[in-house]
Amino acid sequence: MKSKKLGRPYKDGEVVIKQGDPGDCLYVIQEGKVEVIDESGETEIKLAELGETEFFGEMGLFEKDVRSCTIKAMGDAKIMTIDKRNFYKTIQKDPSLAYRLLEKMSNRLRETNKKLRDR
Amino acid sequence: MKDESTGTLELKDGSNIAVIGGGPAGSFFTYFALDFAERYGLDIDIDIIEAKDFNCTGPPGCNRCGGIVSESLIQSLSAEGIVLPSNVISRGIESYTLHLEQGTTVIETPLHEQRIASMFRGSGPLGSEDTEQLSFDNYLLELCKERGAKTISGRVIEAERETDGISIKTKEGLEKKYDLVIGAIGLNARTLKLFENICPSFKPPKTTKTHICEFYLGEERVDEYFGDSMHVFLLNLPNIKFGALIPKGPYVTLVLLGSNINKEIVSAFLNAKPVKECFPEDLDLKSAMPCQCYPSINMDGAKSAYGDRVILIGDSASSKLYKNGIGAAYITAKAAAKTAIFEGISESDLKRHYQPVCHDLDRDNLVGKLIFITTTVIQKSAILKKGLLSMVINEQSKANHKRLMSSILWDTFTGSATYTDILRRTLNPLFSINLIGHTLKTLLTRTNNKKNEKQKVRTTI
Repeated sequence: MKSKKLGRPYKDGEVVIKQGDPGDCLYVIQEGKVEVIDESGETEIKLAELGETEFFGEMGLFEKDVRSCTIKAMGDAKIMTIDKRNFYKTIQKDPSLAYRLLEKMSNRLRETNKKLRDR
Repeated sequence: MKDESTGTLELKDGSNIAVIGGGPAGSFFTYFALDFAERYGLDIDIDIIEAKDFNCTGPPGCNRCGGIVSESLIQSLSAEGIVLPSNVISRGIESYTLHLEQGTTVIETPLHEQRIASMFRGSGPLGSEDTEQLSFDNYLLELCKERGAKTISGRVIEAERETDGISIKTKEGLEKKYDLVIGAIGLNARTLKLFENICPSFKPPKTTKTHICEFYLGEERVDEYFGDSMHVFLLNLPNIKFGALIPKGPYVTLVLLGSNINKEIVSAFLNAKPVKECFPEDLDLKSAMPCQCYPSINMDGAKSAYGDRVILIGDSASSKLYKNGIGAAYITAKAAAKTAIFEGISESDLKRHYQPVCHDLDRDNLVGKLIFITTTVIQKSAILKKGLLSMVINEQSKANHKRLMSSILWDTFTGSATYTDILRRTLNPLFSINLIGHTLKTLLTRTNNKKNEKQKVRTTI
């Protein structure tokens, strides 16, 4: 049965964002999974898997820098883009929209710290 | 609860809230109030009192609305972590097809991505046998229950102010005192009256009648005739500001917005050539219509939609003129939740922190009224409509062309942007130059065609 989920469809292995590319959107996974890959070394390192309702690309909202990782679809996935301008306009009126973003970014920082400690 | 030491009225650990009405406004309030309370370290209880069963088909489960979740709301909900499940979405909308007497054109979504959802508020039209289709309102209620809210099935028949709370009585026998009462009752006149009793300065919004009905075509025919496109009509018909046909699974929903829509106006719309052409020729529209209604919509905002321990939200307070009522419910509900949790529940707290949000919506609707007056002028002028159509077709045919008219129409139809933002874009000189250019071109073509015809007649003679 055809999925009625919103967002843009991606096929297995399709690149959603490419490390080193410019970008300023936030992405929210509506369906399926993606993998977060670090391509800075000679070999690709898989850093994480993200699933439904999780977001990525948040650094692009706050920094004028290139994408820090590559994101690829794992199987068929549907992903929604959140425009930077819309997002800023909305949090200007309703800052609480950023609570979840801050919470997740804090979680990710905590996980990174833990990984560094466990090395 | 009143803090005797500070004289403030605020929620404390153990405070209880009654949310009257379990539609989107009530659910959004509950969801965010519980979320903010948890972040803030406040332990509160919320009862949602709702008379309808959203798992029913037809009127018993329906909150009578066109059933579109706008692009801006979908994006905000996604950022909040609320992702609509597949069985709640009837269809993802990826384009708008604009129909005028002068022709038709498709306006594609700016990112070629489905970011608008059509859905049913209940479990589908009367007699629907699609068991996979779930109610949008019920989905939101379930989210609230997961967060710890309690739902009570009942109809509120009495609300009375007491010194330390508001007493609520339901027809089913519930009698309970609450620290805060939320009115998310839409435009239900009887229940609004109860709020006028506990909130003496509250004046409900002015309303007008609109029309919604569903047509059963079957999934395949909806795919063939409508696809994933919402069909919008700007026709020169009395009382109608805007008509839309929204594909939803095997059904198509008709929404007519305007003033005092009645049977005759609906019939005139359905008999208009551009509307008839959308449907299969052999379809008898009357027999394909399982349900229809004439619900009220807001024409302005309420006056003083709050008082000590009372807040009205959603349509009962302020909505967006003609569009995105669910988006406005989200805005007012969240503003009310923030005020109740972080600021207080006294009339002065609500005046300071909640009222400005309603005022913003009301102010934007004034601009919206101006935009719809302009739209009415365009609707009545064949030349202007031809110019508009020509401009949209030109924009849509070129990949990297600035889509001035397309984006304005897109945001007007989808209700994604504020009316103020839309007006600002129409003031762009490039927009006016383009529209005038296309209108003049149309006018010249028409004059030349007439001249050629006269010439032909003379030659023949």
